[in-house]
Amino acid sequence: MNDAPHTQFQQQALHLAAAQQAPDWLSALRFAGAEQWLQAGWPGRRTELWKYTPLQALQKTPFQNASGALHSIPANTLLDVDATRLVFVNGILDAGASSLGQTGVVLFSAASPEQQALIARHLGTVATTPRHLFATLSNALAGEGVLVHVPRGAMWEKPVYVVNIAVPEAGAALVSPRLLVVVEDSAQVELIEHFASDAQAQNGFVNSLTEIHCGANARVQHYRINLEEEHLLHIGGVHVDLWRDARYQGFTLAEGSTLKRLDYQITHQGAGASAVLNGVYLPRHQQLLDYHTNVEHKAPHCTTAEVFRGIVADDAKAVFNGRIHIHPHAQKTLAELNNRTLLTSDRAEIDTKPELEIYADDVKCAHGATVSQIDADALFYLRSRGLTHEQARSMLSFGFINELLQGITQVAVRDYLHKHLQMVFAEADSIAPMPVADAT
Amino acid sequence: MLEIRNLSARVEGNDILRNLSLTIKPGEVHAIMGPNGAGKSTLGNVLSGRPGYEVTGGEVQFNGKDLLAMEIEERAREGVFLAFQYPVEIPGVSNMEFLKASVDARRRHQGLPELSSFDFMKLARETSKRVDLDQAFLKRGVNEGFSGGEKKRNEIMQMMLLEPALCILDETDSGLDIDALQVVAAGVNAMRDGQRSFIVVTHYQRLLDYIVPDYVHVLAAGNIVRTGGKELALELEARGYSWLEAEGA
Repeated sequence: MNDAPHTQFQQQALHLAAAQQAPDWLSALRFAGAEQWLQAGWPGRRTELWKYTPLQALQKTPFQNASGALHSIPANTLLDVDATRLVFVNGILDAGASSLGQTGVVLFSAASPEQQALIARHLGTVATTPRHLFATLSNALAGEGVLVHVPRGAMWEKPVYVVNIAVPEAGAALVSPRLLVVVEDSAQVELIEHFASDAQAQNGFVNSLTEIHCGANARVQHYRINLEEEHLLHIGGVHVDLWRDARYQGFTLAEGSTLKRLDYQITHQGAGASAVLNGVYLPRHQQLLDYHTNVEHKAPHCTTAEVFRGIVADDAKAVFNGRIHIHPHAQKTLAELNNRTLLTSDRAEIDTKPELEIYADDVKCAHGATVSQIDADALFYLRSRGLTHEQARSMLSFGFINELLQGITQVAVRDYLHKHLQMVFAEADSIAPMPVADAT
Repeated sequence: MLEIRNLSARVEGNDILRNLSLTIKPGEVHAIMGPNGAGKSTLGNVLSGRPGYEVTGGEVQFNGKDLLAMEIEERAREGVFLAFQYPVEIPGVSNMEFLKASVDARRRHQGLPELSSFDFMKLARETSKRVDLDQAFLKRGVNEGFSGGEKKRNEIMQMMLLEPALCILDETDSGLDIDALQVVAAGVNAMRDGQRSFIVVTHYQRLLDYIVPDYVHVLAAGNIVRTGGKELALELEARGYSWLEAEGA
């Protein structure tokens, strides 16, 4: 497994952790995280979970902790949404751009003793570290973070909108945003996580970790969009625990960058829980974008529906690994996983691997992965109405992912993405499929 | 307006059209009838430039221009419109955005200004009413989840919006009930203005009760074997095609 016992990056990350200021009540977690981080083998080519995603970009860069200076927010970055809003720039809260005030939403640094106890109880427990090396790094770096605590039976009117923006600093900054969401029994919440970067941000590294505890009969709607530019590295994890009859609806969308790896770990802990996860990935140029999802069915009568679609352009590479693991007593499970990718250049690459592991005998499961081209009949249809080849291609490839965008119920997110992506599709010829389809 | 001279075409290596000639003047409605496999749909597909249809001989002049030399979209912008026999479903592509892009393209080509979104939506709503298509369809994906009849009405609606010079209806009546047939026919008739020409490809005489043609052509084995007035359609209805195929052979 190990390419080297401790890589330079592993050492470096711990030096950064040591240089941080962190509250005492997080020391135990930080210490345990640091231990695990150092003990873990560094992923190499033969590490299954990292097979297609080399981490050289991390090794090459000397990182430093973010300076702590308050930077301004790049124009037109934020969603227009009426929400409890927390805007972080290089890990520092921009109080002016934020709008707090919802009881239950608090920074770790401002947590009351009761809230500290709640954080200590849940933080690092939803995230299961064996499959998630970088969750141990998040623990080692645990310091500031956001707690969203929705008490039993509560239904908040406004969504919680957490923004992390990376902007250039003198050195390459390592930022480790942390979000802990505790939704108690029968409570409901809508979360919007938004990652962005300034176009100039060079080689910054964002190591994000989100943990969501969904109590019995709780409902969580969760959007997570990664729109960071080319040079920003992001390794992120979302870990969700679903207890009895809880419902989680997730939507994730990412554009590529030099290195972007996003993991979802959803665990059905209680009977009757349901998870829906839709994802869109759009790497181009020479970007790399890797989605790994893993759903653990540990309880009976649970449902999972997962759809991922992507368009890979130019020399970009995408990885999709979707695993569903059905434990022996998880009878009456319904699970579906579908992945479709459109390759728009003959140099673009997708490594897709849906994995079903079923150890129960009374379950219904389906999975599939296809790599497609644009439909020749549809292309002809649009052109026969006067659209140019390029217009038609761009419209059809946008339509390919728009099917998932249309499912977004939060209007602010849908409108923002619709507008943003239409712009991307109009600008980038490369994202529209190559003219293979009508070569006949 | 349309001058087809000795047109031959092949699909997947099979010769379908053989030396076909046909002249259509402005304002005329020409019905093309014939048995299955005669090449009726091929004619419309060749005229609109569908990939996979290889022209092996002949020429087509459209308003004095070489139609066959044009790209698919150029033909559309010049005013050739094919109402598809099987309109494609394109989920994820908004019908409204698609229609607006089409109309914009045609208008730009004609030297007209693009319509504002507001004006276009108004026009689209009015037009959808004329073909009895629920306005909710405008917001759906192109033909997504439309019934057969709804798809055909959407084709006619596109035709009305694009105001083409030559409309080719490829078995637009297939799969339509009598009410939908009347709606479609009324749409077509409303567009007959003495300038616009039509090629109506159909299997059955029934459509021609509603869209009365100036000429009826019978296509067999890739060529026109008989031309007559609207009464020819009635004769075909009564006698079938076999007597003509025998004559043509």
